[in-house]
Amino acid sequence: MREVIIVGSGPAGYTAAIYAARANLKPLVIASSVEAGGELMKTTEVENYPGFPEGIQGPELMIKMQEQAERFGAEIVLDDVVSLDLSGDVKSVTLGNGDVHEALSLIFATGSAYRKLGIADEERMSGHGVSWCATCDGFFFRKKTIAVVGGGDSAMEEATFLTKFADKVYVIHRGDSLRASKVMQERAEANEKIEFLFNKTVEHIYGDELVTGIGIVDTKDGTERTLDVSGLFIAIGADPRTHLVHGQLDLTTFGTIAVDGRSSRTNLPGVFAAGDVIDPTYRQAVTAAGSGTVAALDAEHYLAALPKELKEQVDAVPVSA
Amino acid sequence: MSEAKAVTDDSFQADVLDSNETIMVDFWAEWCGPCRAVSPILDAIASEHADKIKVVKLNVDDNPAMAMKYQITSIPAMKVFRGGQVVKTVIGAKPKPALEADLAEFLA
Repeated sequence: MREVIIVGSGPAGYTAAIYAARANLKPLVIASSVEAGGELMKTTEVENYPGFPEGIQGPELMIKMQEQAERFGAEIVLDDVVSLDLSGDVKSVTLGNGDVHEALSLIFATGSAYRKLGIADEERMSGHGVSWCATCDGFFFRKKTIAVVGGGDSAMEEATFLTKFADKVYVIHRGDSLRASKVMQERAEANEKIEFLFNKTVEHIYGDELVTGIGIVDTKDGTERTLDVSGLFIAIGADPRTHLVHGQLDLTTFGTIAVDGRSSRTNLPGVFAAGDVIDPTYRQAVTAAGSGTVAALDAEHYLAALPKELKEQVDAVPVSA
Repeated sequence: MSEAKAVTDDSFQADVLDSNETIMVDFWAEWCGPCRAVSPILDAIASEHADKIKVVKLNVDDNPAMAMKYQITSIPAMKVFRGGQVVKTVIGAKPKPALEADLAEFLA
């Protein structure tokens, strides 16, 4: 048995791992099999993470965080959690490969998952012109006309990045003004390849094998027209990834995990949550990292106050895998 | 680095289309994070089912002709070939159990 297991490997999970490892808690990080490093693995230049005045590539930042956690003794497993039992003094985590790990505390930092439009053919055309990852798929839209849906920072970043490849990028936003930060907006607005379409929603995706167009509806007068695009990049935000803890942890009305005040304490003793999964508002790499710190310190405090008999189990019961 | 053999635009005919084996081509690129994440999983599936399926890799940066021919718009894209025909396409990095389920008909 262990003292702490961390589920998630974005800035929250890895920062919690750095702090927990430095507190000699020998954390086990369940990092995911194909999404280790989290959302930043799909970004390019990160310009707002303190300490990197020239900017840093998202994947490089995450690899550095991982190395920093490992340097102090964090153990990282590239697998996915399939189920969690959080109710008792001993928390149990079952992985995709069948391994079961146990610990006296658990930090849940699973982040968020890309939101879908929820329209017909979105799923069917995913990977055939519909994409959630400009850095992965932009390359295949050289000299094409494509569309990005969304009005936030990630939509601006995707649109700007995609102009490296595409001849023309429409940005389709349902509102009449953007939510993106000033610097990201200005950069997109200054780009000659980008055309903004406000007060429009995407209602249809056309094409058999590959996307050939989309149907966009004007939110003011209800008229629909077809845009001939070969790609549709969806950047309309993300929802907290809580399916593993439904029925076990209390959620807020935003769908995030409920925590006590500014702490990371959930409704269950010994279970802490950090990062985007508790944050409906800020959702930055650096706020997630700060949140991971809080969780590690809360877990350390909790473990220190546990009865001796429980703590003795950590050494008495060998780790299973 | 993956154990899988690299195939190219030039070798595709001989290595994939003319082969008598069931071959899964992993369309990938250096700059694709999810491709790097799924690569060891494909290696594991290949080594566990060496008698059933062979995995090869095609770098889409270096081999644009095949990427275009097979209409790749998203990577990683895994296409299973039998007798020169695509018999299955799997797109996106997925955990091992999910990939095994997608490929079940070839691994049984």
